[in-house]
Amino acid sequence: MKFRRYPTQDHPLLRILLSLTAISVVALFLVLPLATVFTEALRKGFGMAIDALKDPDALAAVRLTLLTAAIAVPLNAAFGIAGAWAIAKFVFKGKQFLTTLIDLPFSILPVVSGLIYVLIFGLQGWFGDSLRDANIKIIFALPGIVLATIFVTFPFVARELIPLMTDQGREEEEAATSLGASGWQTFARVTLPNIKWGLLYGVLLCNARAMGEFGAVSVVSGHIRGLTNTMPLHVEVLYNDYQFVGAFAVASLLALLAIVTLVLKSLLEWHFADEIAATHRH
Amino acid sequence: MSATGAVASRWRNPSALPGFGLSLGFTVFYLSAIVLVPIAALIIRPWELGFSGFWDVIKDPRVLAALRLSFGGAAIAAAINAVTGPIVAWVLVRYSFPGKRLLDALIDLPFALPTAVAGIALSQLYSPNGWIGEPLSHLGLRIAYTPIGVIIALTFIGLPFVVRTLQPVLNDLSREPEEAAATLGASRLQTIYHVVLPALLPALLTGATLAFARAVGEYGSVIFIAGNLPMVSEIAPLLIIIKLEQYDYASAAAIGVVMLAASFFVILTLNLLQNWIGKRQ
Repeated sequence: MKFRRYPTQDHPLLRILLSLTAISVVALFLVLPLATVFTEALRKGFGMAIDALKDPDALAAVRLTLLTAAIAVPLNAAFGIAGAWAIAKFVFKGKQFLTTLIDLPFSILPVVSGLIYVLIFGLQGWFGDSLRDANIKIIFALPGIVLATIFVTFPFVARELIPLMTDQGREEEEAATSLGASGWQTFARVTLPNIKWGLLYGVLLCNARAMGEFGAVSVVSGHIRGLTNTMPLHVEVLYNDYQFVGAFAVASLLALLAIVTLVLKSLLEWHFADEIAATHRH
Repeated sequence: MSATGAVASRWRNPSALPGFGLSLGFTVFYLSAIVLVPIAALIIRPWELGFSGFWDVIKDPRVLAALRLSFGGAAIAAAINAVTGPIVAWVLVRYSFPGKRLLDALIDLPFALPTAVAGIALSQLYSPNGWIGEPLSHLGLRIAYTPIGVIIALTFIGLPFVVRTLQPVLNDLSREPEEAAATLGASRLQTIYHVVLPALLPALLTGATLAFARAVGEYGSVIFIAGNLPMVSEIAPLLIIIKLEQYDYASAAAIGVVMLAASFFVILTLNLLQNWIGKRQ
C-alpha cells in the first residue's frame, strides 16, 4: 500500500476544516473587536472623531498617559537592568527567591495592584493622616497613578533581561574589566550592545501595558476629568456617559498603540530572535 | 570594607565584575518599596476586623455570588480556550498558508490591547444592536449584561496564553512517534488522540492555568459587557472597588486576600496535577 500523503500529514479536508476553525476563532474573537473600535469611532465621520480628540479633557488624558509612562517605564527599565546585572552576572544565595519575587506583580489582580497603595497612602491608610497634615496628595493624584502603573509593569524588562544576560555569561565583561575598563564603561560598551534588542523588547511591552492599564489605575485615580483621568479611564467615563464617538475615538488611539506595539514586537522577534529571551526559549 | 567583604564572600561567590552591591542594593530597595511593603499592607489590613469580621465580609451572599462568577467564569473560559487554543496552535505550527504570519501576530492582540478598549468593543459587539448581538437577539439569546458576556470577555483575554504555551512545545515535538503510529496502522485521528494529545497535555494544562489566573482577576475587559447586576453579573474585582468607594478598606482588602489565596490554591493544584501527569508519562 502506498501513502497518498506523508503519514504525519493531516487529511486535506481536516486541514481545511482546522484552518478555517482557527481563522474564524481569531477573526471572531480578536479581529472583530478591533474593527469595532475603529468603525464606532468613525460612525459619524472622521471630523467628529477628530473633534472628540481635540476636547480639552481628552487632550489632558493623553498628556497624563504619556507623562505616567514617561516616569514609570524608565524606572522599571533601570530596575530591570540592575536586577538582571545582579542576578545574571553574580552567584549568591537567595537568587532564585529574588527572581520569583520580581515576577510577583504579574500574579496580583489589577484592582488589588491599585488597592495596596490606597491601603498605605489613602485617607484611611497607614500614612493617610500624616500625608493629609503635610498636604501631600498621592492617591487621586499623579504619584498614585504612577505607583500603580509601576507595579503592574514591574517585571516586564527584568524577566526579559534576566534569562538573556544569564545565557550570555560574563566572559566578555570579565575580559573588559581585566583590560582596565571601569564598571560603567564595561556596561556601556560591552553589555548594553549585547542586550539592546532584548531591552527594547522589554521596554516595548512595558510601555504598552503602562499606557493601557485600567484596573489598577482606576482604583487610585479618583476619575477627576481633565486632572486624573488617563486615556483608558477617559474611555470609561465617556462610554458611561453614552458619548460613544468620543469613547471610541480615544479608544482607537489606544488600539493604534496596540497595533504599533504588535508590529514592532513581531519585527523584533523575526529579525533578532537570537537576541531576545522570549523567542530564544522557543 | 574588609569586614563586609568577608561577610559577603560567605553568601556569594567572588567575582571580578564590579557593581554587585549597587545593582543588588537598588533591586532589593525598589522591590521592597514598590512590591513587598504594599503587599504586606494588603495581608495585614483585613485582620483589624478580627477573624469573624473577615468571615462576615466573605459570607455576604453578594460577595459569594461575585466570587462564584469570577472563579466559575474564569474556569469556563479557560476550558473553552483549552479546546480552541490547541486548534489554533496546531494550524500555526503544522500548516503553512498565506497570511499565517499575520494570524500569528494577531494572537497577541489581547495582550497588547488595553483592557478598557477591549471592554467597550466587546460590549458594543454583543449588545442587542451590535454586529454579533443583533443576530443572536433574534434567536432570543442575550449575551451582553449577562454572565455569558462575562465568559466571552474572559475567553478573549485568555486565548493567547494557551496558544503561546502550546506553540513551542508543538514545534519541538518529534514526529517520529507519529510516523511509528501511522506505520503500525493507526488512523490519523487515532494518532492525534493517542500520541499527540498526551504529549501536549502538560503544556495545555499550563496554558489553561495561566489563562485562568489572568481571567480570575480581570476587570477592564469585563465590566462593560457584564452590566454589573448584583448577584447576577457582578464580578469580584468590582466589589473591591465598591467597598473602597465606601471607604471600607478592610473589607476591600479581605476580598482581595481571599481572591489571591484562592487563585494561588487553584494554580498550585493545577501545577501538582501537571507534575503528576508529567511523571506518569
